[in-house]
Amino acid sequence: MTSFSRAIGAEFAKLGTTRMWWVLAAVMFGYIALLAGGLAALFAGIESGVISPDAAGTGSQGLAGFGSLPPLIYSFASSVGYVFPVLLGALSTTGEFRHQTLTPTFLANPRRAQVLGAKTVTLFVVGAFFGVVALLASVGVGALVINAFDVDPLLADSATWALFGRTVLAMAVWSTIGVGLGVLVPSQVASIVIVLAFTQFVEPLLRFASLFTEVTQGIGNYLPGAASDALVGASFFTLAAPGGSPAAMLEWWQGGLVLLAYAVAATVIGNAVSWKRDVT
Amino acid sequence: MPVGAVIEFSSITKTFGSVTAVDRLSFTVEPGRVTGFLGPNGAGKTTTLRMLLGLVAPTSGTATIGGIRYRDLPRPLQTVGAALEAASFHPGRTARNHLAVYATAAGLPAARIDAVLHTVGLGAHGSQRVGGYSLGMRQRLGLAFTLLGDPGVLVLDEPINGLDPEGIKWIRGFLRSMADEGRTVLVSSHLLSEVQQSVDDVIIIAGGALVHRGTLSSLETEAAPRILVDSPDRPALAAALGRAGIEFSVGRTGLLAAAPDAALIGHIAFSAGVELSALHRERKGLEDAFLALVNETGTGTGNSSTERGESR
Repeated sequence: MTSFSRAIGAEFAKLGTTRMWWVLAAVMFGYIALLAGGLAALFAGIESGVISPDAAGTGSQGLAGFGSLPPLIYSFASSVGYVFPVLLGALSTTGEFRHQTLTPTFLANPRRAQVLGAKTVTLFVVGAFFGVVALLASVGVGALVINAFDVDPLLADSATWALFGRTVLAMAVWSTIGVGLGVLVPSQVASIVIVLAFTQFVEPLLRFASLFTEVTQGIGNYLPGAASDALVGASFFTLAAPGGSPAAMLEWWQGGLVLLAYAVAATVIGNAVSWKRDVT
Repeated sequence: MPVGAVIEFSSITKTFGSVTAVDRLSFTVEPGRVTGFLGPNGAGKTTTLRMLLGLVAPTSGTATIGGIRYRDLPRPLQTVGAALEAASFHPGRTARNHLAVYATAAGLPAARIDAVLHTVGLGAHGSQRVGGYSLGMRQRLGLAFTLLGDPGVLVLDEPINGLDPEGIKWIRGFLRSMADEGRTVLVSSHLLSEVQQSVDDVIIIAGGALVHRGTLSSLETEAAPRILVDSPDRPALAAALGRAGIEFSVGRTGLLAAAPDAALIGHIAFSAGVELSALHRERKGLEDAFLALVNETGTGTGNSSTERGESR
C-alpha cells in the first residue's frame, strides 16, 4: 500500500471510531424526512385538489409556474441537508486542532499535504454516503406521500435518477467544502457558528435579496447554495422568487464547478493559513 | 531488533516574534544510552523536541535522525517513537481505536496495538474511551503510541509527569532496558532528580541555549568538588589532612575537604591511623549544580526572560 492509501485508511478510521458521523446522519435523515414529507403532503394536496389553492394561499395559479413537484421534494436532500456534510467535514479538521491530534497525525505521516488530501478524499466519499442517506429520507418519505395523493412520483423517469446522482455529487463536494472551512477557520466553535449562520441565515437572505435586480441575480447565482441548487437542478428556493417567476440558475455543470471552486479555494488557503503552521 | 540512530541537532534556532526560544543549539544523542534533556520550564525543551519531530519548523539550523530530517523519513513511526507532553487524544475514541488510527497510517499490523497496550499495562483498558482515563493512564497510552512502530529511537517529553510511584519505577526500568537493547533514548525533564537514576548522559539547556553536556558523573564531579569526612577524633583527622596538604573547612557534620575523590581522603586517614565515621561526596551536589547552571545563564541574557517568567 502506498502512504496515500494508508493515509486515507487512517482518515476513515478516524471518522468511524467516533460517534459524530452517525449522529449527524441520523439527525439529517429525520430533518429531511420531516420537511420532505410535510411539504410533499401540502403541495401534492394542492396539485391533486385535495387542498384548495385558495386555502394554501398560492392563489389560482397553483403550482403551474414551478414545474413538477417530485424533483422539488427530492431535492430537499441537498437544498436542506447540505449543512450536515459541511459540518462533518469541518468537524473532521477542527477536531484535530481541538483535541491536539495533529501531533500524532503528523508524527505518523509528516507529509502534511498528503494528510489533507487524504482527508478531502475520505470526506468526499463519506459526503456521498450522506447524499444517499439524505435521498433515502427525501425520496423514501416524499415519494410515499406524493403517491398517496395519486400524483406521479416520477420514479420511473431517468431525469429523476440523474437528479439523484447530481444530489449525491453535491453532497460529496459540500463535505469537502467543510474540510476546507475547517483548515481555514481551525477554531471548532467559530467554524460551527460560521456554517450555521451562513447556511441558515446569511446565504438565504443574500440569495433572496439578490433576486430583486438582474445584476445582483447574476452574482447571487455564484453563492455556494445557489451553485449547489444549480448542480442538483431543482430547488425549493426558487419558489420564493419575488414575482413568482423562478430565477434563472446556472447550468448544472457550471454550478458543480462553482461549488468545487469553493472547496478548492478554502482548502488551498486553509492549508497555508493553518495546516502548515507549527504544531505546538 | 531495531537499531538506534544518532540524533543530531546542528545550530538549531527558533524565534517566536522577538523571543528566541531556542538559540543555536548543537548536540548529539548516542544510541545505547539514556540521555536526559534537562532545563527549567520554558527553557525551550519542548520546542527543541518538536523541531526534531518536524512539528515545528526551525528558524534556522537542522535536526536529524540518522542524518535524515523527520519529514523525510520513509517510515517515521518505525524509526522514531515520540511521546510529547500534551495529551493528544480524541476523548470519544477508545485507546485501541486511537492506536488503530495511527497504526493504519503507518502501515503497522493490528497485532502491534494489543502488544503495546500490554507492554504499558493498559491491556485491560483498551476498549475504554480515553475521555475516562486518568492522567497516569494517558501517559501510558502516550508511551504505547511511542512503541507502536517498535522504533530504534525514543523521544519522550516529560514522561514521568503524572505517573504514580509504581509507574515511575516502571518507566525507569523501561528506559534502561530500551537503551540496553541498543536504542537511542532521549528523555526531557525539568527536574534532574526525576531522571538522575536512569540517565547516562545529560544535556542541560537554559534560556534556549546549551549550558552543559556530558556524562552524569562528570556533572557530579563538577557540581560537588568537596568530600565530607568525619572521625570520632576530629583533631587527628584535621592534622592528617593538613599534613597531606588538603584544604578543608569545618562543617556541621564533619570536615569538608577540597579533594576530587573520596578514595584519596580515605587513604590519608588510613595512613595516619585515624578512624573514620563518615566519608562521602557532599550531598547537596547534583540538584544544586543543576540549578546553578540554569540560573547563571538565565539572568542577564534577557532573550528568554519572558518565557521563564511565565513558568515560575
